[in-house]
Amino acid sequence: MRQTLSDSTLFRFATAGSVDDGKSTLVGRLLHDSKAILADQLDTVTRTSTERGFGGAAGGIDFALLTDGLRAEREQGITIDVAYRYFATDTRSFILADCPGHVQYTRNMVTGATTADAVIMLIDARKGVLEQTRRHLSVVKLLRVPHIVIAVNKIDLQDYDEAAFAAVAAAVRRVTGELGLDAVHIIPVSALVGDNVVDRSPNTPWYDGPSLLELLETLPAVDAVATAVESFRLPVQLVLRPQGAVAVAPTDADAYRDYRAYAGQVASGTVRVGDTVTVAPGGGSTVVTGIDFAGASLDQAVAPQSVALRLRDDLDIARGAVIGTAGTMPQLVKELDADLFWLDPRPLRPGARVLVKFGTHTVQAIVGSISGRLNLDTLDLEEAQSLEINDIGQVTIRLAAALPAETYAANRRAGAFLVIQPQDGATLAAGIVTAAGPES
Amino acid sequence: MRTPPVNTSPAPTLTRPTPTRGAQLTQLDALESEAIHIIREVVAEFERPVLLFSGGKDSVVVLHLAAKAFWPGKVPFPLLHVDTGHNFPEVLAFRDETVARLGLRLKVARVQDYIDDGRLAERADGTRNPLQTLPLLDAIAAGRHDAVFGGARRDEDKARAKERILSLRDEFGQWDPRNQRPELWNLYNGRHTVGQHVRAFPISNWTELNVWRYIEREGIALPPLYYAHEREVYRRDGMWRAVGAVSAPLAGETVTTRTVRYRTVGDMSCTGAVDSDAASVAAVVREIAVSTITERGATRADDRISEAAMEDRKKDGYF
Repeated sequence: MRQTLSDSTLFRFATAGSVDDGKSTLVGRLLHDSKAILADQLDTVTRTSTERGFGGAAGGIDFALLTDGLRAEREQGITIDVAYRYFATDTRSFILADCPGHVQYTRNMVTGATTADAVIMLIDARKGVLEQTRRHLSVVKLLRVPHIVIAVNKIDLQDYDEAAFAAVAAAVRRVTGELGLDAVHIIPVSALVGDNVVDRSPNTPWYDGPSLLELLETLPAVDAVATAVESFRLPVQLVLRPQGAVAVAPTDADAYRDYRAYAGQVASGTVRVGDTVTVAPGGGSTVVTGIDFAGASLDQAVAPQSVALRLRDDLDIARGAVIGTAGTMPQLVKELDADLFWLDPRPLRPGARVLVKFGTHTVQAIVGSISGRLNLDTLDLEEAQSLEINDIGQVTIRLAAALPAETYAANRRAGAFLVIQPQDGATLAAGIVTAAGPES
Repeated sequence: MRTPPVNTSPAPTLTRPTPTRGAQLTQLDALESEAIHIIREVVAEFERPVLLFSGGKDSVVVLHLAAKAFWPGKVPFPLLHVDTGHNFPEVLAFRDETVARLGLRLKVARVQDYIDDGRLAERADGTRNPLQTLPLLDAIAAGRHDAVFGGARRDEDKARAKERILSLRDEFGQWDPRNQRPELWNLYNGRHTVGQHVRAFPISNWTELNVWRYIEREGIALPPLYYAHEREVYRRDGMWRAVGAVSAPLAGETVTTRTVRYRTVGDMSCTGAVDSDAASVAAVVREIAVSTITERGATRADDRISEAAMEDRKKDGYF
């Protein structure tokens, strides 16, 4: 049954792969075949393809030109930065983060993966699993991306040979097995020709799975997955206390003079009116008396809704506080074990003074020690005196103020943080908590 | 021990169920929540935000989202409009009505003032869009604004597709696409140093169709020229251009009266109308859903200058 678009859901996915695996071509094909490329865009790309002699005398369209947005990218034929693309089918709207495959731009892969419901990883059917495939899969594993789709591309250049696909698929399964990744889907595709991208291809009769787009339409989004298992958390962004400055009609202004509500986006779980909640820091418990959204009163809210909570008691709650279901809140801690994805050209050394941002709370911190650097090929921890750009390392962090930190394994939102350079404000690293404590 | 006072806040009168499909929000609700989260983060972390407000549909939607984000309080920041001097009069009237209705402050930076005193020179092609950058940067500096909200969307242009939600700019307003901060999870890093400011784009992830469906759902008022109306137009560069004081036809360009509407509302000298009989929001949504041409391709002469036109303007401090 055709659904109306207003009922459709949002699904975010990222693409990853090594240089020349045909990632931009796949993205261009996906957009083109799902009719997301409009006539004037196609005209421009067709003209440029012809001018550059793409496809030789026979001509053809270089789909990579659709996604390479910057002049330097078009000139060098590479992708530099994450590009966001939008397309929709009858049931879903998609936000696609097209991430570059170059080693030096791994930080963009991390950027794309932190918000993704799924990652599509391209593998060249002729080359099989490369060093970088392993690395990207390790990143995806650490960041807990819910779904992994392996697109075994250029299957046309292998004459649609089932055995060639099976060999690559077996190699992929070995790696994902070692990494402990489940929910891995493997699809034979040709981005250039369009096999199994939008429609199932007659060229691969031995493959009985869904096309790439069919799969993307049916995978559950991360919020739907997390809502079922993670506890309710709302990091307070600000306190809504309009006092005199009300936007409602003057006749109602008096009624809102004492209005006070705690605004934020539900990070995980579900909250209902009448729920008993605990606030951290502070530790006070109270009851949710109302869930407001711009003049509407809701009976419940789920991640990722932006709402404002009214509470029965006037507790001391400011920006940075976390409201969560009573009995599920973690202890306040001042020490953490964490994995850092180091993203800055300046290396990390032990003793570095930084800022960390958890939810809506930014605090000073010191990186105490570097336990080691992850070897992404073996997943072993190697001794390291510093972390360089694109390294993933295990560190200990001391916080200036106690925070209700949780492990990333228990809660994606509450266990994730930024590491920020205090002077120039640069984002130095993406961090995930692996152990919190001891209690402060 | 003192008993905390009971919170006597009144409950709002409307009640509606949480609009979810299974455990997942519908796309418009998810986009709305994301935008409101961004707007609240910027207001919480910056000293002096301002919203660029032209009366165009995207900035109208951002203002609507801001009003929802801070209900029942007022929108806690002023608005800024860079007036090219070639704006559609009905859009300026709409802009002023909206500001008055919400009780907000509006600052206007005028390109005409800069041309009059020689700080800017009129371009040979008469297009004033690229001239907005200098008055914009001056107004940001004069207002000491550390955060500037805009209604730019990533689906508008290939360069904008690479833009961050919070985009750091130096004191020259420059965008450095090769050296952008990574944006991780929904944790936005707004730290900046003296002289820097941040451009914030709450509806980055919305498409043109999302914007129109949202306008329909929320019943948001827009300037009338977004809907089909009769207008005196002439053909230039494959677009219908309005006959006006700053957009007169050249010899050989024939003026006709047609039923048209505008998909984007910008400078009259470079914005074209499209043939359309979509006179209502619902009709526009139907039209956009089956459109085969992008909004900028259909209506913006300045983006046709080169493949990197938007990238070049953004590097110079444009939105």
